[in-house]
Amino acid sequence: MPKIDLIIHRATLDGKEVDVFVAKGKIVEIRKSVESLDAGDAKVEEAFGLTLMPSMTDVHVHLREPGYEYKEDVESGLRAAAWGGFSNIMCMANTKPVNDNESVTEMMLEKARKFWPKGPRLFPIGALTKGLSGKELAPMAELAKAGCAAFSNDGVPVKSTKIFRRAVEYASDWDRVVIDHCEDPYMGVAAGVNEGEVSSRLGLPAQPDVAEALQVARDILMAEYLELPIHLAHISCRKSVDLIRFAKDRGVKITAETAPHYLVFTEDYLENEATEYDTNAKVNPPLRTQDDQDAMFEALNDGTIDCLATDHAPHASYEKETEFDVAPCGITGLDTALSTTWQLVKDGKLTKEAFTRAWTTAPCSIFNLPVNTFQSGDPADFFLFDEDEEWTVSRQTLYSKGKNTPLLGTTLKGRVKTHFIQGKKIV
Amino acid sequence: MKWLHKDLLDVSQLSKSEVMAIFETAGRFQELQERPVKKVPTLKGRSVILFFAEPSTRTKTSFDVAGKRLSADTFSLAKSSSSLTKGESLKDTALTLQAMAPDAIVIRHWCSGAARFLAERLDCAVINAGDGRHAHPTQAILDSFTLHQEWGDVAGKTILILGDIAHSRVARSNVIMLNKLGAKVRLCAPRTLMPPAVKSWPVEVYSDLNEAVKNVDAVMCLRLQLERQKDGLLPDLREYARTYGLNQRHVDLANQDVRILHPGPMNRGIEISSDLADCADSLVLDQVSSGVVTRMALLFLYMTRKGEE
Repeated sequence: MPKIDLIIHRATLDGKEVDVFVAKGKIVEIRKSVESLDAGDAKVEEAFGLTLMPSMTDVHVHLREPGYEYKEDVESGLRAAAWGGFSNIMCMANTKPVNDNESVTEMMLEKARKFWPKGPRLFPIGALTKGLSGKELAPMAELAKAGCAAFSNDGVPVKSTKIFRRAVEYASDWDRVVIDHCEDPYMGVAAGVNEGEVSSRLGLPAQPDVAEALQVARDILMAEYLELPIHLAHISCRKSVDLIRFAKDRGVKITAETAPHYLVFTEDYLENEATEYDTNAKVNPPLRTQDDQDAMFEALNDGTIDCLATDHAPHASYEKETEFDVAPCGITGLDTALSTTWQLVKDGKLTKEAFTRAWTTAPCSIFNLPVNTFQSGDPADFFLFDEDEEWTVSRQTLYSKGKNTPLLGTTLKGRVKTHFIQGKKIV
Repeated sequence: MKWLHKDLLDVSQLSKSEVMAIFETAGRFQELQERPVKKVPTLKGRSVILFFAEPSTRTKTSFDVAGKRLSADTFSLAKSSSSLTKGESLKDTALTLQAMAPDAIVIRHWCSGAARFLAERLDCAVINAGDGRHAHPTQAILDSFTLHQEWGDVAGKTILILGDIAHSRVARSNVIMLNKLGAKVRLCAPRTLMPPAVKSWPVEVYSDLNEAVKNVDAVMCLRLQLERQKDGLLPDLREYARTYGLNQRHVDLANQDVRILHPGPMNRGIEISSDLADCADSLVLDQVSSGVVTRMALLFLYMTRKGEE
């Protein structure tokens, strides 16, 4: 047995009190807890009354650096991730300049190493096309070598099916999965509001659910034809879920994620008396109907939707505090994802298995990232969680620079008390 | 009646009895308009800012006249002269206006929800003079006041709203208002100019104008924005005028004495034939004079609210 250097003492794991033994950043053994422990010279973290949870993975965040550091930067984004329970995060390429060359990728990774040397680990996502223009393929070999874990045109989906096909093919040579933001390029683009009863009454330009589902159908057919994987970002509606279920039944290599805000809010939020036209709920794809939300839960629980991902999209307050039509789309999520989705488990809407799969094993298996399943040899990536601690979402309590969330002012339950990555305490 | 509302954002905020109180107040001001001296000192020393971020002649002039007839000081802030064109945010404009301590702000803005945005941030009364496609409460009030004057009661009447419903704040507010007053509402437009979820509205929906006008008591024509053709919503104006332009043939299918309304400005020969616009049953000019007296009533009710508390 290797020399133990860290012991988590009396933590609650799956309802049982355990001691966790860690050596050289890996889990060695988990035993039924004993009160008096012979720790030798190992560090001991007292965890009585706290829940031990595996660190989570977020495959869809926007860190805004380089170019939009006033919204977020690598340092602040990783801080929010560390306190949010995430050990792995994948950041999108829509920075300025776009992450379509090794210099930008390396700069992101350098910043991460500088500010958060022990983690959370940052995995940049390279642009699928140069400048996200949808016209020419990005240098994916160079980007993969520099450390990009996947490729995506997130935010500006590739209009040309011809280019998209070639991009998926080319990415496969470097063993990288393409992540597609599914949105018809012509219908209600980035409106940030669902087309339906609410948008009709509020008089807002809106995007129908079919705008998403049309691209989902395209991607499914493409993945089947090319026999290559495609990962579908932020799925928001029942129509997409039905198509994905059909594709999976046929054995198509389609995987998908949805975001916590689609589980917590519906379009009705925009019509509530207190929150009518709240730009913090303007998001692309938009918050949809109750039926769509029900479909998200069904799909997460039965595995049709593989992952949860925040689509963390920080903006400056002044950018959101404006006319609805003018405000940018996006909701921040790194700080609040754990509390909100764990609450859904406690409320019986999301199974614990689905929660664990969607935040840990599924994303790590799709993108080939380190994951802790509390088996011997797994990376010692975990956090101690006070399930009962209440906290109010406010400008002060959010670690992200982006305060743009419709959860502002609400009280959530559950806070990360301390977080270890590869056996090292990061916060 | 003690006025409870700080702001007028849409007619959905108002109860039927509040609407009746507005009508009653407007009726009193209407008598005043028949006198040689039309001005009263009711709002002397109070100030109203007319903040129009979108071009408007008739609504702005109507509010200006209404304010001045009540002896309020009115100040105009139009988009061309306002700092909005210099890139100032609506929030900063709002705070600047607040610092000038007006008693009321009348706002017209091209974004749905803009009036609410201002109302949340200002202590003074905010009157929505049209926000994006969302609401135009003072238009709905003057329209139903016009019909109320004409008929004595709007309840039980059938009113057709014809034209670009999808992009119309006038239609949205009128649907709410006319339902509140007990009228039956029909909408007629090509599917491309209907709101996507119009089925959830308390209206009857028609695409055939010849069917839609049968047995109606009034038709409200809406102005067609000429850019709808460019947006791919219409083939061209000629086809629109021939299919959805209101003319004498339609009037003959409606109830006798059908009333014709139009919020203006009219595109003669497109949504309404020129001779209909000028005919005896047209209430277009009555709408304009109703506009002044209902806006006087609104300024009075919203600006004297604090004094009653």
